[in-house]
Amino acid sequence: MTALETPPISTTEASDSERMPQPRATRGRNRTTKIRGVRAGFWVYVGLGVVLVGALFPFYWSFLIGSGDSSTINDPNMSWIPGGNFLENAATVVNDPAVNFWRALGNSITSSLLIAASVVVTSTLAGWAFAKLRFPGSKPLLVFVVATMAVPMQLGVVPLYILFSDLGWTGNIGAIVIPAVTSAFGVFWMTQYLQQSVPDELIEAARVDGASMIRTFWTIGVVAARPAAAMLGLFTFVTAWNNFFWPFIVLDRSDPTLPVALSLLQSNHFVDYSIVLAGVLLSTLPLLLLFVFAGKQLVSGIMQGAVKG
Amino acid sequence: MTATATRPPAPPTSRPPRPPRVISFSQRLSRWDLKVSPYLYISPFFIMFAVVGLFPIAFTAVISFMDWDLVRNSGQFIGFDQYAWILGQPQFWTALRNTFSIFLFSAVPQLIAAIFIAAMLDRNIRAKTFWRMGVLVPFVMAPVAVALIFSNMFGDNHGLVNNILTDVGLPAIQWHKDAFWSHVAIATMVNFRWTGYNTLILLAAMQAIPRDYYEAATVDGAGAFRQFRSITLPSLKPTLIFVIITATIGGLQIFDEPRMFDQFGRGGAAQQWLTITLYLYDIGWGQWNFGRAAALAWILFLIILIIGLINLLVTRRLVRDEGRR
Repeated sequence: MTALETPPISTTEASDSERMPQPRATRGRNRTTKIRGVRAGFWVYVGLGVVLVGALFPFYWSFLIGSGDSSTINDPNMSWIPGGNFLENAATVVNDPAVNFWRALGNSITSSLLIAASVVVTSTLAGWAFAKLRFPGSKPLLVFVVATMAVPMQLGVVPLYILFSDLGWTGNIGAIVIPAVTSAFGVFWMTQYLQQSVPDELIEAARVDGASMIRTFWTIGVVAARPAAAMLGLFTFVTAWNNFFWPFIVLDRSDPTLPVALSLLQSNHFVDYSIVLAGVLLSTLPLLLLFVFAGKQLVSGIMQGAVKG
Repeated sequence: MTATATRPPAPPTSRPPRPPRVISFSQRLSRWDLKVSPYLYISPFFIMFAVVGLFPIAFTAVISFMDWDLVRNSGQFIGFDQYAWILGQPQFWTALRNTFSIFLFSAVPQLIAAIFIAAMLDRNIRAKTFWRMGVLVPFVMAPVAVALIFSNMFGDNHGLVNNILTDVGLPAIQWHKDAFWSHVAIATMVNFRWTGYNTLILLAAMQAIPRDYYEAATVDGAGAFRQFRSITLPSLKPTLIFVIITATIGGLQIFDEPRMFDQFGRGGAAQQWLTITLYLYDIGWGQWNFGRAAALAWILFLIILIIGLINLLVTRRLVRDEGRR
């Protein structure tokens, strides 16, 4: 493997340039940038541009159709400029009594917030214990948590459905919040993060000073965990918002979340796709807004999770 | 403070006399704190997980051996009958085939695309954050929403894709009739939503590769492609294993996209795009047979486990081979 053989050469290269006298420094700098070969050229931007267009096109397409009328889709000479019917179509979506758009929006917001908050709290607590406290059984328990990440949701839906219909909770958003209040991924994520971001000495110092465990957790753990907790919360929120399978099973059609409402929209309006796609855009708008403000954090969250995970 | 104070004084023979170990209340509290706290902190997770995670899994196993009566809310043990029934259904095998086919059409092109996009993002580009956010935008759209947009674009009669195909002189494709093409369409939805996400994971792994490897390779005269093949790809292996395994777990569970591919949500007139989870939903909440649904859930889990293990073994071997070369 070249990668393993080459470092020595690069060290000599580096020490060479170190020995170089001042006047050559600028040339040296130029050369290193060139050696790294990373100043991206024209074609990289073209490639990325194509990717970006591909990522955004479906949004534009749904606006194009969603702002037309029922005939737009069948028009062979369809214009690529949006029509003026978007608000009208959106109004149809919002006012359709079979879709319950506002209830769905409210349910989506409430349930996703509750799920994100409880996942963050339980994961931070457990992550702190796994990362920084020594206790018998910690290793096997953590392995167990990681192993459960492979268990599909499908494996729980039948008993959960039986349980919630026994309790009379089917149709209640409690039925979609309760099964999602913890996340093995979240525990794993916080454990990884806290392991690396809090030095053990800090905790020992706090203990020596007589701080109780809860105080140590509160003043060191929680403070250190904040960035990771924010990312976990964001990620969980998006996942919960987009979740469909379980809400579709357990919720009543009269009291849906947004994805369930979209499926109702499809079965009611499949002859007029302008209304369906207007609804699609409408239901995506809240997350797009969130993405504008927090997309950067989501990006760095996913990237950090990758390195540590 | 109390127990130790009443202890008889140490016998005079033991000199120098150890001062009696006086453990104050606060010290004992502190020790108790040290021992119990970790369990206290992990308990919210584990208690909730036991209730909403472990219990249902175990109970699914129990139900899968039962003929479950929805009215009486109890069941009768019938052994492996439900499993046998599932495995005897041609629909199950169709669903299995479709699930794998959709999974392959989504996982393979998606990973290849993600690697190349990540390689582009790894270059020294301007407005890094802008491009990174750009590739992640599709991730915020719900799979249901993605499926609605794409099933429109892949419409059989006036869909965008067919319009383009006929414009350039190719025959239109029956996206909703032909099994193969319906899998391509559904896989496209998955790819649209997940490529950017995997790109970012791979990008993070690429950025962790020391830059002097590349410098050295350049000095050795290796071109961009050679560097990519001999440095980037081998260093990505652990991350690729992670990404492939996550994609397997998620991909074999696919439900949202095939469910929304037409307005009936039953996997097509001839089960062209019926997937395992779609079939599970139909058995459980269409035919209301919970015993069979539970058996199918366990079968799905076992399939995921087996495929995950195969993935792990194959990729591990590949990594070792790479190391030997």
